[in-house]
Amino acid sequence: MAEHVSLVVNGVPREVDVEPRRLLVQLLREDLDLTGTHIACDTSQCGACTVTLDGKSVKSCTVLAVQADGANVTTIEGMATADGLHPLQAAFWENHGLQCGFCTPGMIMSAADLLARTTDPTDDEIRHAIAGNFCRCTGYQNIVTAIRAAATTVRAGAAG
Amino acid sequence: MTTDMLGKRVKRVEDQRLITGKGRYVDDIKLQSMAHCAILRSPYAHASIRSIDTSAAKAMPGVLDVMVGADIPYNPLPMAWPAGGSAGLKNNVNSPRALATDSVKWTGEGVAAVVAETPEQALDAVEAIAVDWEPLPTVVDAEKATQPGAPQLHENAPSNIVFEWSVGDRDGTAAAIDGAEVVVRQRLVNQRLIPNPMETRGDIGWYNPGTDEYTIWMSSQTPHIQRLLLAAFVMGVPEHKIRCISPDVGGAFGTKIFTYADYPIVLLASKRLGGRPVKWIEGRRESYQATIHGRDHITYLEIAGKRDGEITGLRVKTYANLGGRLSTIGPGIPTTLYARVLSGCYRIPHVFAEVVGVYTNTVFVDAYRGAGRPEATYVVERAMDLFAAEIGMDPAEIRRRNFIAPDKFPYENPSGLGTASGGAKIYIDSGNYEPALDKALAMAGYADRAAAKGEARTRGKYLGVGLSSYIEVCGVAPSKWIGAVGEGWGAAMWESANIKVHLTGKVVVTMGTQPQGQGHETTYAQIVGHELGIPMEDIVVQHSDTQGTPFGYGSYGSRTSSVGSTAAIKAAGKIREKARRYAAHMLEASVDDIEVDGAEYRVKGSPDKKKTFQEIAFALDLAFDAPEGMEPYLDETAYHDTPNCTWPFGTHVAIVEIDEATGKVDLVKYVAVDDVGNKINPMIVDGQLHGGIVQGVGQALWEGAVYGDDGQLLSGSMLDYALPRASWLPNLELDETVTPSPVNPIGVKGVGEAGAIASTAAVANAVNDALKPFGIRHLDMPLTPQTVWKAMQAAKGAQA
Ligand code: FES
Ligand code: FES
Repeated sequence: MAEHVSLVVNGVPREVDVEPRRLLVQLLREDLDLTGTHIACDTSQCGACTVTLDGKSVKSCTVLAVQADGANVTTIEGMATADGLHPLQAAFWENHGLQCGFCTPGMIMSAADLLARTTDPTDDEIRHAIAGNFCRCTGYQNIVTAIRAAATTVRAGAAG
Repeated sequence: MTTDMLGKRVKRVEDQRLITGKGRYVDDIKLQSMAHCAILRSPYAHASIRSIDTSAAKAMPGVLDVMVGADIPYNPLPMAWPAGGSAGLKNNVNSPRALATDSVKWTGEGVAAVVAETPEQALDAVEAIAVDWEPLPTVVDAEKATQPGAPQLHENAPSNIVFEWSVGDRDGTAAAIDGAEVVVRQRLVNQRLIPNPMETRGDIGWYNPGTDEYTIWMSSQTPHIQRLLLAAFVMGVPEHKIRCISPDVGGAFGTKIFTYADYPIVLLASKRLGGRPVKWIEGRRESYQATIHGRDHITYLEIAGKRDGEITGLRVKTYANLGGRLSTIGPGIPTTLYARVLSGCYRIPHVFAEVVGVYTNTVFVDAYRGAGRPEATYVVERAMDLFAAEIGMDPAEIRRRNFIAPDKFPYENPSGLGTASGGAKIYIDSGNYEPALDKALAMAGYADRAAAKGEARTRGKYLGVGLSSYIEVCGVAPSKWIGAVGEGWGAAMWESANIKVHLTGKVVVTMGTQPQGQGHETTYAQIVGHELGIPMEDIVVQHSDTQGTPFGYGSYGSRTSSVGSTAAIKAAGKIREKARRYAAHMLEASVDDIEVDGAEYRVKGSPDKKKTFQEIAFALDLAFDAPEGMEPYLDETAYHDTPNCTWPFGTHVAIVEIDEATGKVDLVKYVAVDDVGNKINPMIVDGQLHGGIVQGVGQALWEGAVYGDDGQLLSGSMLDYALPRASWLPNLELDETVTPSPVNPIGVKGVGEAGAIASTAAVANAVNDALKPFGIRHLDMPLTPQTVWKAMQAAKGAQA
């Protein structure tokens, strides 16, 4: 029995029929071919599937697709604009905040949630903000550096 | 655009796709008419299979096929590296089949595979398969498995022993220990780890009935080796009829070197469906049960020496748990890669190691980041600290006293690879250990540690400082050693590179190596750009597809920067030489008179007579005017077999604080001074060190795969297995010394594993140091709050 879901993803209205058990992450990956959002666990631990839903970061494997009915979702594919990369994307690149890249989309989306709350986070706040995202490659150090750098860019942008 | 990029912090070319969500990992690939596979895994750790009834599953919606072991005509998976290699030592080998037929040996061994229209339908149908099991007694501990009366896993392996192997000087070491002023003994457990690359494994098999060819997309570190092994040993299909493709790989750390059961399963499934592609993606909990684990040693250690700190002997007996059946190179890890580097950076005259490889009812153990060398470093670095404590010496001083002196290289250690290498001597070629130690001590404020301990006590904390001085053998080679009677495995160890310069001057580099996050597309472009004097932007690096790349042995063992890079340099050198010859022809000069400066080829003494690399490539690719005997096009391949391994080293210092009330250990400072030789891209090197160090810290403090006595994996999900989180870690402080490796033209050594090799011992030593006031001598890892708190309470009770 299919359920109908209407939602906006990266600014584009989408209509999808899904099985009731379908997860938001599957809707994104399988139905909309937005494969930038990854799956790295089956117990809501890893954060690889993080997207923002109505402005707040969520692990999209813990959201049923039907729960996203009427929601506004942003995935990693929606972060860059015509003007270029999002400051977080640019900072991850500049500071070697990724190696294999598998955790990266989720990391960037969690960091975006942090920067929406504060543009002047301490290292400690950054480390806590991404505590729900596993990265097995980087030891987190350059991710923290990248988020700090992105915050600086965002602050400079707001000031200028 | 710059061509001066070697040794620079160049931003990675692969990142653009990865930061925008455009990476392409196996699960991101959708093929037309693709079906989906799920595998039924054993719920028992040891059981006979009386029968399997798949009829209900076959009738489920969307189900296309169900296979059991008897449906799979292939051989068991290959085991390529027995202990002792070709030396004739008996190994009692039991390899997994694609699907188990008669019995299972661990929870998670595959017994049936369902193929359905959707992944959900496949998973649903797996639940409907009925297996009539006869559960059998289990054993999960390697030492217990060898005892009389233990459950037996395999008829051909009495006492569950895979091999009993030893190395070194048995009598000399016994004499050194028997006659020593001081002997310290300790049992050490190097616990089992789950490697946890963020991308689990997965593959898509596609059989093309039109050409009778097989293609597999796989998350693998070794596509060429997998093609070879699948063809020659498993499926009996000609090698040129199989194509292996590794797209973006989301981390691996060793786990993706090996031949796994799902490879033949998806290929056969596709064939049985008449050529529909079949995808299998491993779930995380499934990964914990079915992909290799690492470490899992129980070691009895004896270290002997004099009261003045001189170490005279080291003897170990190690039980290495290899799981219920053997993974591809399982036995090679605790033997050659462990016992042969046991004495680390120390001049220990007598070393003897006995290693017993053991079957237990657990998933197979194989190479995980560092593979044998972290285990060895843990043994010798704990041993140094225990010995220092026994004689009342400073841990830094005992290390300094026993380092191999800088004028002793090349150095051949007593349990060394040299004694196993046939004609090819494998010796430690270079090193200078004291400067790295001194630098690390200064950075860590080692001299002030007593004051720091006192200050911590005022805050209810116990502070500890731990050192780890390590060496690593990496960039493994040469093939002559691998092939010699000794400890080789069933493969050579050279690497390959091909460079093509297209008519427009753009350069395509194809490599036999295979990245999993290390940034090869950047580092090879840096190297080739430097060699040819052209901008990185004009170079693309391709890899990962057996169709179109030269055969290579893949990436593991920190070998790519040493062996792979040298192949790229050689290929670029051939390109340059041919361009030079053609430049001479174009400029009507003799070849000897052409000098090359970056991309400019000019006639000595006549600076106006010159051609650019691009002009030469254009002309030579057209070949309108090629001289007699010169082939058109700039296209060169090189194969590089390196004369020796490389030997990174360094000293790491960890400072921890233990909370008196809870036993919680905080890593408050971490200093690493590593000597990895010259660097191609220091930014990438730092990243490799960060990641490796944190994996090693994870082992010391949090991680551990735990099986119940019944063989159930208790740490069976990410919820139960404690991976390091960002909020648990300090910023790591890195520095370097630079001793270029003499074995390759750019003096690099390899850095993928160094961090993980060093850090576990540093942190464990720090925690044990912090616990000295309690009279605690040694605690086994992981040093969780529970373990530490219990030990502190017991000690307090004993003291009261
Ligand atoms: S997939 Fe791991 S938290 Fe969602
Ligand atoms: S970059 Fe590989 S998991 Fe984070």
